[in-house]
Amino acid sequence: MSSLPEMTHAAATDRVSREALFEGLLRIGDSALILGHRVSEWCGHAPALEEDIALANVALDLIGQTQLWLELAGTVEGKGRSADDLAYLRDAWDFRNLLICERPNGDFGHTLMRQFLFDAYHHELLKGLSASSDPRVAEIAAKAGKEVAYHLERSSDLVVRLGDGTEESHRRMQEALEALWPYTGEMFLRDDKDAELADAGIAPDPASLRPAWERTVREVMTDATLQVPDSTFAHKGGKQGIHSEYLGYILAEMQFLQRAYPGASW
Amino acid sequence: MSKEWPLWEVFIRGQHGLNHRHVGSLHAPDAEMAIMNARDVYTRRNEGVSIWVVRSSDITASSPSDKGPLFEPSNAKIYRHPTFFDIPEDVGHM
Repeated sequence: MSSLPEMTHAAATDRVSREALFEGLLRIGDSALILGHRVSEWCGHAPALEEDIALANVALDLIGQTQLWLELAGTVEGKGRSADDLAYLRDAWDFRNLLICERPNGDFGHTLMRQFLFDAYHHELLKGLSASSDPRVAEIAAKAGKEVAYHLERSSDLVVRLGDGTEESHRRMQEALEALWPYTGEMFLRDDKDAELADAGIAPDPASLRPAWERTVREVMTDATLQVPDSTFAHKGGKQGIHSEYLGYILAEMQFLQRAYPGASW
Repeated sequence: MSKEWPLWEVFIRGQHGLNHRHVGSLHAPDAEMAIMNARDVYTRRNEGVSIWVVRSSDITASSPSDKGPLFEPSNAKIYRHPTFFDIPEDVGHM
């Protein structure tokens, strides 16, 4: 960290409680971390070498972003926890990622559908965050925004190709869309902490991201000849630490090394 | 093997400008995806500012068996190298 944040740090925490800011940063960072881990599971398994590398790049981008968000979260919390401490030494109920990020990969099309639905949201979120009243947040969001603009370009392109592809690829993409749709609503739900951050101009109100997200999604689904489900039912709880059983398995794999050999580095 | 994606040759212009250079090849269903794949496969370490792709089948190559007639005649024409000529001292380093 450079020397300038001392003052802005004080200024940012004047406008908002330390708790809300910490929580808000975990929500962003944990979603990137858990989705990054999920995507990394494809490494060595993707249907073509080119796709394998592309997915690994996306995973690495997300994990790189996690490092920035969680490092800032640790600074804000003020208890001396590093990004690694937060990633590897918290248990499931302390994670604040959206539930969609922990959904299993399914087939390649399912993974891409999940990626697209998240990318379209992530892109809008980072756009909002890059105008944050907290310059530390704005700076990370601007950097991550460029990576995510590419993720979105790539995932929307592939969703269109597979949706409007063969009969089988179309069927698989439609099934993926229907399976994942109930996990999109959580992106736009707001609780007290979201409201506090939005009022302080630190983060956009989640609900305000919906129209742009929906426009992107409907446009791409039309091109992909896929039918957007009517349902507005939304699974929720991830942002408050209530997760599906999948998260435990992800953490077991992701955290094993640091749990078994505390402090190990290489 | 008609289900295989066609092969593309990838050319990248490095950070330092100058020409696009051939860096390798990859598979992709069309040009647009070949560019994306090239970005992911060949510019991961900040290698480029511009990418060209061309279908490998669109490249016409000289035949190795023509090597003699094509290239050997120039072997004997050393005066085509700039080093063949003496440069006057006052021109300095070129």
